[in-house]
Amino acid sequence: MSLWEYANPKKFMQTSGAVLPWVAGLAAICLGTGLIWGFFFTPDDYRQGSTVRIIYLHVPAAMMAINAWAMMLVASLIWLIRRHHVSALAARAAAPVGLTFTLIALATGALWGAPMWGTWWEWDPRLTSFLILALFYLGYIALWQAVENPDTAADLTSILCMVGSVFAVLSRYAVNFWNQGLHQGASLSLDQRENISNVFWLPLVISIAGFVALFVTLVLLRTRTEIRARRLSALIARERLA
Amino acid sequence: MMPELGKYAGVVLSSWGLSIGLIAALLALTLWRGRKIKRALAEAEARAAEARR
Amino acid sequence: MIALLIRDLKLAFRSGGGFGLGLAFFLLVAVLVPLGVGPQGGTLARIAPGILWIGALLACLLSLDRIFALDFEDGTLEILIPSPLPLEGAVAVKALAHWLTTGLPLAVAAPVLAVLLHLPASGLPWLVASLAIGTPALSMIGAFGAALTVGVKRGGLLLSLLVLPLYVPSLIFGAEVVRRGAEGMAVGTPLAFLAAITLGSAASLPFAAAAALRMSLRQG
Repeated sequence: MSLWEYANPKKFMQTSGAVLPWVAGLAAICLGTGLIWGFFFTPDDYRQGSTVRIIYLHVPAAMMAINAWAMMLVASLIWLIRRHHVSALAARAAAPVGLTFTLIALATGALWGAPMWGTWWEWDPRLTSFLILALFYLGYIALWQAVENPDTAADLTSILCMVGSVFAVLSRYAVNFWNQGLHQGASLSLDQRENISNVFWLPLVISIAGFVALFVTLVLLRTRTEIRARRLSALIARERLA
Repeated sequence: MMPELGKYAGVVLSSWGLSIGLIAALLALTLWRGRKIKRALAEAEARAAEARR
Repeated sequence: MIALLIRDLKLAFRSGGGFGLGLAFFLLVAVLVPLGVGPQGGTLARIAPGILWIGALLACLLSLDRIFALDFEDGTLEILIPSPLPLEGAVAVKALAHWLTTGLPLAVAAPVLAVLLHLPASGLPWLVASLAIGTPALSMIGAFGAALTVGVKRGGLLLSLLVLPLYVPSLIFGAEVVRRGAEGMAVGTPLAFLAAITLGSAASLPFAAAAALRMSLRQG
């Protein structure tokens, strides 16, 4: 481990340590406000009844599930091009968070779908592509854990993330095509942006901000842990040599 | 205080419970592993400092 | 390059693994499904395109880890890296050899099994065409997955986990071609998408796979 290698993580540890309480506080405030407002102080939707309250979890989680993958893609590219270790570790740290958000989006969607569509699950394009996204997260995490050498693992997962992104987009459109082709009946639009009223809009936006801050907090925490773990394994390796 | 959830109470509450539970589990896991690694690292650093002395 | 192809083909035939096994597996899937679903012709005909494509997919998956594993163990891969033949080319040739020993026989054998599954005769040519066009992508994606997991001990399960999500687009378009063909609808669009996926992966994935191989081997 050269000095240069340690210099960047060190700076990252300082900066992230200073930023972390603020982001965590922001996450707590936004999530608290948005979710409590959404749960207790919004009226029922005239069509969907009280199930509209699921939106404050479902939409932010779904958005962050996709954004987390995008962040991993950017971090992987930075690692492949600039070889910043922090970047690779941040991508690794983000994957379980993204997977959790994907699962939340899927679970809340299923629970919401049961009374509204009369079914827990429908092979609707959006639902199917989220299921596929969850599989991609699983594969990515599994590859990180399977490869022993950390730098090789970072390289391989970065490439998987790039190729996976292309295929994830392809799957999204493939599924879309297939549903438009034969299953005309399932015209379920999840996008309530068009008809969402102001009563629901503000708490939703605050919840989304809260989920973003929560994501940043979790990724920072996990990245710091990963950096410490790397340092720890380096120290242990040195001890064994001595 | 509790809003009237009507016939969808079960669905709404379980989806909120599930989501908050998942996030709490992830947060707990993150903090727990963070603490563990931090402690182990501190011990290893101390050992390394002692060896240097 | 051609020598490498011939060598890989010879190895595949001699060890008997990929060639016979994949086909036998494909046959078994096609025989077991009616046993599980029941012998009603109508139901079988409707699910036949999906079953045949999934069978082909899994048969392909069976022999994937052999693409690089043997060469990794005996050190051939390390000789290939500095050799004048670019590693990208070697990867492409290996994927081609894999396709010739699994995908192509599957496409040829598929009509026989399709008859077992009561697929309407109008779907047969499209079944062969979709498999012939689609399975090269499966081999190429599989070679990429195999390159990622070559250094991993017991990588077989991991390989399936990585590769199967990547197969999703090919599976959807391939089965769609057969379904539309069997129902006498126009098949042009899904067929074009299927071909685009195959050409796209053949053009770009050798580079990704070769990069992954170099990374896996560098750790020594």
